[in-house]
Amino acid sequence: MYRYDEFDATFVAERVKQFRGQVARRLAGELTEDEFRPLRLQNGLYLQLHAYMLRIAVPYGVLSSKKMRKLAFIARRYDKGFGHFTTRQNIQFNWPHLDEIPDILEHLAEVEMHAIQTSGNCIRNTTADHFAGVAPDEIEDPRLWAEIIRQWSTLHPEFAFLPRKFKIAVTGASHDRAAVKFHDIGLKMVKNDAGEIGFEVIVGGGMGRTPAIGPTIRSFLPKQHLLSYLEAILRVYNLLGRRDNLYKARIKILVTATGTQEFARLVEEEWNRIKDGVLTLPEAEVARIQDYFTPPAYETLPAISTELETAKRGDAIFARWVRANTHAHKVDGYSIVTVSLKPEGGAPGDASADQMDLIADLADEYSFGEVRVTHHQNLVLPNVRKQDLDALWQRLAAVRLANPNVGFLTDIIACPGLDYCNLANARSIPIAQRLSRRFNDFQRLEEIGELRLNISGCINACGHHHAGNIGILGVDKQGEEFYQITLGGSSKDDSSIGKIIGPAFAIDQVADAVETIVNVYLEKRAGADERFLETYRRIGLEPFKEKLYGNSQARRPAAE
Amino acid sequence: MAILKHGALQPNDWLTVAGDAALPEGKPVVISLDRWLKERETLAGRNAPLGLRFKSDQSPVTVADDLERFSLIVLEFPKFTDGRGYSQARILRQRLGYTGELRATGNVLRDQYLFMDRCGIDSVELTDEANVAGFLESLGEFSIWYQPAADKRPTVLSLRHAEPQDRAGASAVVRESVAANWAY
Amino acid sequence: MTVQIVTANRLRDGAVVYLTTARTWSEVFAESLPLRDEAEANAALEATKADVKARKIVGPYLAEVEETPDGIQPNSARERIRASRLPTITPDVGSWTHRIEG
Repeated sequence: MYRYDEFDATFVAERVKQFRGQVARRLAGELTEDEFRPLRLQNGLYLQLHAYMLRIAVPYGVLSSKKMRKLAFIARRYDKGFGHFTTRQNIQFNWPHLDEIPDILEHLAEVEMHAIQTSGNCIRNTTADHFAGVAPDEIEDPRLWAEIIRQWSTLHPEFAFLPRKFKIAVTGASHDRAAVKFHDIGLKMVKNDAGEIGFEVIVGGGMGRTPAIGPTIRSFLPKQHLLSYLEAILRVYNLLGRRDNLYKARIKILVTATGTQEFARLVEEEWNRIKDGVLTLPEAEVARIQDYFTPPAYETLPAISTELETAKRGDAIFARWVRANTHAHKVDGYSIVTVSLKPEGGAPGDASADQMDLIADLADEYSFGEVRVTHHQNLVLPNVRKQDLDALWQRLAAVRLANPNVGFLTDIIACPGLDYCNLANARSIPIAQRLSRRFNDFQRLEEIGELRLNISGCINACGHHHAGNIGILGVDKQGEEFYQITLGGSSKDDSSIGKIIGPAFAIDQVADAVETIVNVYLEKRAGADERFLETYRRIGLEPFKEKLYGNSQARRPAAE
Repeated sequence: MAILKHGALQPNDWLTVAGDAALPEGKPVVISLDRWLKERETLAGRNAPLGLRFKSDQSPVTVADDLERFSLIVLEFPKFTDGRGYSQARILRQRLGYTGELRATGNVLRDQYLFMDRCGIDSVELTDEANVAGFLESLGEFSIWYQPAADKRPTVLSLRHAEPQDRAGASAVVRESVAANWAY
Repeated sequence: MTVQIVTANRLRDGAVVYLTTARTWSEVFAESLPLRDEAEANAALEATKADVKARKIVGPYLAEVEETPDGIQPNSARERIRASRLPTITPDVGSWTHRIEG
């Protein structure tokens, strides 16, 4: 993975010093809260419901065991012993004190980490496919490009005060696991007819109040033009994005208002002025960064591991975990392991300091020291030998990190919600907890099959509910919590936005509603192979609406 | 309001004339873009220095052909969260080749000063409460710049792949003289 | 007649605090100063600007409360959760440390 050179290390140290000065000025009264807010946001510091929240950047989701141990240390020393992995591959701590933040940042700098630009109206953490570098369907490793984008966007002087936040995602595989169509800029690595690899550029996707699937504005961009093209897009957005209305300030609004073709033309016009200039990527730099992503020293192993097969035959529970939580690896004899942070009754995406330390050890022992964060709020050990899966599973299971639910109904994505967040209308974690307890029968989960359920506590949609096969959105009705359900979203290649099914439900009704929806699916599906999303797309909302709201059962009062 | 230019405080020699008010003879005046577009012919013959002031939603490209007439261009930052001025500045410098003085006015805080400097802004109009020392300090907070902008600071990219002696030399130049960055 | 209280976050650690009768800031909801008069409420809020300037608190605002026989109670999910000063998820607020057995 990427390692800081002297320049990166100096930069982060200077940033820590700058923020230390800004905190001191705030505490001394030289900065008002209004003046301090954008500064602390650009260092990832929010003021939330009960306390401050610090969002630490995990560039394109990649961590080393050393970094993970430092996060565990911070959790223990400065927080309440746990952290939360987010839908943008970052990690959040919920209880730091303002005056201790500079110290936390200094600790992070020791392991080449920071909290720069994880909030604010600037370019945020660039995310990437969590199976980068190891997936069989990969065209090219996107992490190299994510790192190039990270450096270019760090303290970019022209784009520090954009109309609104800006999120970029990169995927290098034929199957998009990074939800690129739901980002302000999505980059999909593709091969053209000449066999060259470049980027399909997608602009204007997003969640929030007005979810959108981004249109493609350029089907093939040669690699050396990546930064100049991005700069052109950002400049057009910086100048033309709306500044009068916070809720209409994202680039997706600009793309829709301008029209995709005209927007693309504006970008191309600006790009033609600046391309082939200083932003053209020199081969030397690309090669330098690429070196950091050289594959580890894989052993030559048979594709099938007899140890693994024997272990699976001997333990049905282990076999189930292998089915659900492991994924094919491009190298024979290896496996990609997803560490489920969705235990029964747990808060999705949370990990304790002890668990973090254990995962760091497991990464060292089994995965060449590397761990990834996924936007589904799980972790990944990307390079595990098949013959080691049994031993690894036992270690994970001992600390409740082996719930065999990846991709299933209880692999829930949930924002922190009203338990933590100032912006929320309703709590999301208790909904997730109830659902994970209600659907704790693994046979049933497997029977139901692939089903993405996402929960957002408010319309800002940090839980990506629009992209959930089942989406749950918390709404506020006269100060009380209600939940609107949507069906049919997808963040994969077949991107779609979920449709609201009807009036919102009270908190006690949500688990029943989800169960009803699941039963309709099981009843109506065209066979065990038809996934929930496919059934929904075939039969539409009506059958679900009827069972949820229809006259066949006594109507319970639900909010409008 | 004092002006902070290239690290030094100086008085403001320019008079900003609002709307269509009469322009005093022989004095450096700053007028609005709207006024220039309306009175371009009459103003063309003016002997004293002329400055132009842009709102954050106005495009510098509208006066691309007239730029040599203005020894000062002023960019408004109505709220410090309005970041359009940074792009306006870079367009003026890098696309349109403007070589006169570029000044920021409005809600200008020390924490944006480095960004402004990197985008080609020479001077800022300070409020009376502004901490000048703080402004200057903020320019020196970073010695590492990742991306090219309108300034001459060597980027990480150029330093990484420079010859070792050039690398050390470039960094030294930067550290020695902050003014070196203002040669546009 | 609506009853209101003044609440804010403490600058240093972000903790939820309430304006008390003594015009100090307490973490305990029950110690809030109830304001039964609109003008009184606005005046109390206005007076907290001094505490903002003194860097004690940030973002003070008026929140409506309910009057019950047992005293004032928060009347929204948000204020109930703020008053409890912890997330509602129990029992160990997400710390899994003691769940790791053996």
